[in-house]
Amino acid sequence: MTLKHLEEYRDPEIARTLIDSIQNRSRKNIRLMEVCGTHTVSIFRHGIRDVLPDTISLLSGPGCPVCVTAQGEIDAFIALSRVEGMIITTFGDLIRVPGTKSSLQEERATGRDIRMVYSAMDALEVAQANPDRQVVFLGVGFETTAPTIAGTLTMAKTMGLQNFSVISAHKLAPPALDALMQIEGVELDGFIMPGHVSVIIGLKAYGGLFATYRVPCAVAGFEPTDILKAVAMLVEQIESEKPAVENAYPRAVTQEGNVKAQKIMETVFKVEDANWRGLGVIPLSGLGLSDAFAEFDAMRRFQPVVPEAPEPKGCGCGEILTGRKTPPECALYKKVCTPVNPIGPCMVSSEGTCAAYYRFHS
Amino acid sequence: MANDTILLDHGSGGKVSHALTRDLLLPVFGNPILNRLDDGAVLDIDAGRLAFSTDTYVVDPIFFPGGNIGDLAINGTVNDLAMCGAEPLYLSVGLILEEGLALGDLKKIVAAMGAAATKADVKIVTGDTKVVPKGAADKIFINTSGVGRIPEGIDVGCDQARSRDVVIISGTLADHGATVLTQREGLTFDAQVASDSAALNHMVRQILNICPQVSVLRDPTRGGVGTALNEIAGQSGVGIKLFEDKIPVKPEVSGICELLGLDPLYVANEGKLLALVPAAQAENVLAAITANEYGRDAAIIGEVTADTPGKVFMQTRIGGSRIVDMLTGEQLPRIC
Repeated sequence: MTLKHLEEYRDPEIARTLIDSIQNRSRKNIRLMEVCGTHTVSIFRHGIRDVLPDTISLLSGPGCPVCVTAQGEIDAFIALSRVEGMIITTFGDLIRVPGTKSSLQEERATGRDIRMVYSAMDALEVAQANPDRQVVFLGVGFETTAPTIAGTLTMAKTMGLQNFSVISAHKLAPPALDALMQIEGVELDGFIMPGHVSVIIGLKAYGGLFATYRVPCAVAGFEPTDILKAVAMLVEQIESEKPAVENAYPRAVTQEGNVKAQKIMETVFKVEDANWRGLGVIPLSGLGLSDAFAEFDAMRRFQPVVPEAPEPKGCGCGEILTGRKTPPECALYKKVCTPVNPIGPCMVSSEGTCAAYYRFHS
Repeated sequence: MANDTILLDHGSGGKVSHALTRDLLLPVFGNPILNRLDDGAVLDIDAGRLAFSTDTYVVDPIFFPGGNIGDLAINGTVNDLAMCGAEPLYLSVGLILEEGLALGDLKKIVAAMGAAATKADVKIVTGDTKVVPKGAADKIFINTSGVGRIPEGIDVGCDQARSRDVVIISGTLADHGATVLTQREGLTFDAQVASDSAALNHMVRQILNICPQVSVLRDPTRGGVGTALNEIAGQSGVGIKLFEDKIPVKPEVSGICELLGLDPLYVANEGKLLALVPAAQAENVLAAITANEYGRDAAIIGEVTADTPGKVFMQTRIGGSRIVDMLTGEQLPRIC
């Protein structure tokens, strides 16, 4: 279980060298956006803002999968949990996310069978252990988790498992960044690209975005020196006016990505429009189940009735997710919207921008 | 007892109940005070100040590497008393058993309680057993209460932290919480981790012998070190500064926390204490803790400051600073 080499990526001396080089090189005032919730937390947890020069502002983008899951989708999860005899299996951080009127946590308290699992494969085992009951796995996440769910569904199909199905609310990162660049008022000088997502999709996936906007990009890992390295690359690109797609996470990310994972995703899923909480519908930015796997679509199997879900009033998450506001600039932040009583998506997950600000920002 | 599971009869108060007490509980817990089986225990205690504490144990699973719910229930209340500066003396034990619990499991749990009480040098002097229908409890719940005597001249409390005190932790963080997580359904980890469940009253006595002026003793159980230090900062009206590079975490536990997206600062411990002591005494206290069998990995991890009252900050390894806030609810594993 020891994570080898972790310490070297937290080495204070290596960090110091990177910080010095950033401070020496950075002249222009720039706004960099990280688009992964794990980056957001890591930046706070290691005090990275603290060690960067005042010229650099770090903004948090729509990178927390739980946060961008549409309220209507949460309502659908809740409706499914109320189906007689149903077992809902889910990743942990979805449990507290509020839908329009309830959350999975509240449903569990009323006796619904909602179980936390750590992988879709665990959900499959729950289905095998309970052949008389229907088991639904809530498929939420980016390209990082989608291949494991695709693998699980492939196995379920081979086994002919009748009592297992999935809601696929998966989202794709590159189309969201494209949509972000088109929003009026969004001013970004560079992206810190998500490490885990890039392991799967590869550097090549950002080619289209870069060709259109010529925006500096650097893929980063999650340790402090990984993130500092990416910031140093972006500063260099910006100061020398030579934008590029660079890789600050070469120990895990390649140009092509994980081709095997991409193949299985192509087989099991199909790309479709998706509704992002706080951002609205973005064309071709989500994954539904392909025709070959439609039989495992829980929405089709159970057809839960989900009424229209309005976004909460006064919530600034749309602007926060796009870097147009920071959490303290939202009228609800810390006043009515807190981690105990989250109003908007950015406060619900521990990796949400507002929750991270709330926890770490003095 | 012919049956090998707990039945509602075992809680009836009749012959079967008595047999359970006589054959299973008394042989392990027995002492002259308990053996009278009166409605309550009659205790001879020197006049002075007493500490009195209670805690209820509902851990799932009931068996885990490093212990079970039984020793946890004894050690937990012993530690709560010890953190008041008291020498724990007497405990009560309330057992709530779910119909259908395997008798073999109950025996193992009771044996662990007996061994833990002997090791901590406390007596179980009164108790109660109830059986509830299947589904009304989860296998076994245990309540323990206890009293302990506070020696003359000892005054520790979470409101006693003073500027320039030093923060000592008696060992590695998060061992218990990480271990229990690896045993839960749906998570199969093959990791060499074990709960740190242990009674710390002997360690506390050694600390107080060396340094009666200790400001605060605290066992960072639920909510972990981060939550405990926030409570101390709040109650004492002081700031606390931690040094990330000094905080001891076992590599295996650190790995589990990384994978699950948990911060070891907020994960439970069951055999660790925080001691806030005057700076001049810090090295002596650290030596006393390190000499104890449960304190080998002890370390100085921070200091109390006069500025930022009520807040805990951490100086990160790369030289940044961040706030260590109180946890709002249960830490939930993240998606990716």
